[in-house]
Amino acid sequence: MDVNERIQKQLDSYPVLLYMKGTPDFPQCGFSAQTVAALRAVGAEFAFINIFEDPEIREGLKVFSNWPTFPQLYVDGELIGGCDIALELYESGELKEIVSKNAKPAEESAS
Amino acid sequence: MAKARLDRIRAMLESAFEPLELDVRDDSHLHAGHAGAKEGKGHFHVHIVSDRFENTTRIDRHRMIFEALSEMMATDIHALSVSASGPSSNQTSGN
Repeated sequence: MDVNERIQKQLDSYPVLLYMKGTPDFPQCGFSAQTVAALRAVGAEFAFINIFEDPEIREGLKVFSNWPTFPQLYVDGELIGGCDIALELYESGELKEIVSKNAKPAEESAS
Repeated sequence: MAKARLDRIRAMLESAFEPLELDVRDDSHLHAGHAGAKEGKGHFHVHIVSDRFENTTRIDRHRMIFEALSEMMATDIHALSVSASGPSSNQTSGN
């Protein structure tokens, strides 16, 4: 399975998926930490992938999504954005709406 | 070095978007010791208002900015925080 197929399979498996640096409890980047905090604040149930543990995904995702930085938040396979957009959506109240339509087991590691 | 980077980012954004407002800030010092900082790349914040952003989505605006800065994204920019809007938009994040 090539990296694009792996990414597509992950997106198909997890309706709310955060590609991040570190884990929700031990984020290794301030932007990843802020994005997790926004998701938790709206009670989102999300899966995550720690890109530090998967170099192939780390490089492949930038090309797949045409988005050069992390974190990257996906809902229903669509890129919602990185930290800035997640925080803007949180502040405007839209984030809760976007993620609450999608329910999956809480904070499961998808890696 | 850091000044040159800021100037290059500004110049690239000015030529790509002819912005009505543009502010580029180097936040690298806030991230000293961080993994990205060790690679020598910087953390930057961009505030930009341009007619080109009218009728675009947030994700479009970010992509347009990444695209405009693509040659620096690989070599100089580790992280880029973006606040972008069109002149009639009320979607600015405020920071």
